[in-house]
Amino acid sequence: MPLAKRIIPCLDVDNGRVVKGVKFLDIRDAGDPVEVARRYNEQGADEITFLDITASSDDRATTVHTVERIAEQVFIPLTVGGGIRKVDDVRTMLNAGADKVSINTAAIFRPELVREAADRFGSQCIVVAIDAKKVSLPGELDRWEIFTHGGRKPTGINAVEWAIKMADFGAGEILLTSMDQDGVKSGYDLGVTRAISDAVQIPVIASGGVGNLQHLVDGVVQGGADAVLAASIFHFGEFTVPEAKRFMQAQGVEVRI
Amino acid sequence: MASSVAVIDYGMGNLHSVASALSHADSSVKVLVSADPKVIRAADRVVFPGVGAIRDCMAEIKRLGVDDMLREAIAEKPVLGICVGMQALLQSSQENGGVECIGLFEGQVKFFGSDLRDHDGARLKVPHMGWNNVQQDVEHPMWQGIPSGERFYFVHSYYAACHGKPFAMASCNYGLNFTAAIARENLFAVQFHPEKSHTAGLRLLHNFLHWDGRA
Repeated sequence: MPLAKRIIPCLDVDNGRVVKGVKFLDIRDAGDPVEVARRYNEQGADEITFLDITASSDDRATTVHTVERIAEQVFIPLTVGGGIRKVDDVRTMLNAGADKVSINTAAIFRPELVREAADRFGSQCIVVAIDAKKVSLPGELDRWEIFTHGGRKPTGINAVEWAIKMADFGAGEILLTSMDQDGVKSGYDLGVTRAISDAVQIPVIASGGVGNLQHLVDGVVQGGADAVLAASIFHFGEFTVPEAKRFMQAQGVEVRI
Repeated sequence: MASSVAVIDYGMGNLHSVASALSHADSSVKVLVSADPKVIRAADRVVFPGVGAIRDCMAEIKRLGVDDMLREAIAEKPVLGICVGMQALLQSSQENGGVECIGLFEGQVKFFGSDLRDHDGARLKVPHMGWNNVQQDVEHPMWQGIPSGERFYFVHSYYAACHGKPFAMASCNYGLNFTAAIARENLFAVQFHPEKSHTAGLRLLHNFLHWDGRA
């Protein structure tokens, strides 16, 4: 039996509360992050990702405290991201109990941060998050670019080349969020997932746009992802983690049941 | 008097998760995180963790005399090595251009390689990250209540090659067979992270906290 593909529920946390993705249904609040994390731990999630989307950095202390409380009660790997700008931020989150820290925008402004963090704490705990959107026109060769600010700001950086560079700089894993143009839950962008997964030797987590369980299977089988991340399909009880795993297993995907 | 376990803190990574998992595995046990030889000496059990690069780990192990603490500890009480804490017990590692390790066990730590493949020829990612099956090759009190083949959480790019050695307790396959656990007398060490391996991991830690050593 080979290594299991990982199912990773993601907690987008704003001011100490789990919130849903932006354009999905009308429900905003998905609960207390500690309670939600515990529920996924009990359901058999393989890891948990905690993304701090709090706009103001004043509330960073709340985030650290929440991470500490989760780490005390959840005995599966915990990745923390959002607002990580310097090596000290990485240290703070690791000390709070994160196993991995995800660096996103800061790496774009200063790629050396990834190298410094990996040298100091080891590649195994440095995740580079990439938000990619397809920019090639129909008929052109596929091309994906990195966007910041929730997909609003293009950077001109080629997403596949960036992933290769970040792996060279010491990233231990890539968290790839593909942003669909129309905001519907149409699944991962399998093209960019496959392109990056093939281009780097480190594991790739597929993220973004999951609306049903087949999307998880597609991310692994067609996208070549090592792990699949989803938020809203789990938060509102649409599907549980065991349901997702059984569905994937039935489609021939190796999972931890 | 409640028993105690000391987690050796030699500055390599966050040890809170190891400490909180130990507390969770048995709330009656007193968990101490320390590099003080007196604390290590006074504890009933010792955990020797490790994350990051082996060169940095070995430098701190030598600077703080952790190798001597370990030698002293294993003579008289149960000791559990985790991840790089297991690798450091072998003779040497290929990581960082070659690093001499503590050498309590015969064997070398090797790189998975940049072209690792599974049985079907599909490329495998390195680091080996995630939940994989641990085959128990030798019976041991530490396996109590844990079926052979149970999945544990791994994250590593280098592996212990101790296949066929009498101290090799468990194996795992990732493109090749590697050693997932080693043991001798009071010492038990694992490549995976029990503190991150949910129910099975907590059970292993529970077993350690109730193991009298000398398997």
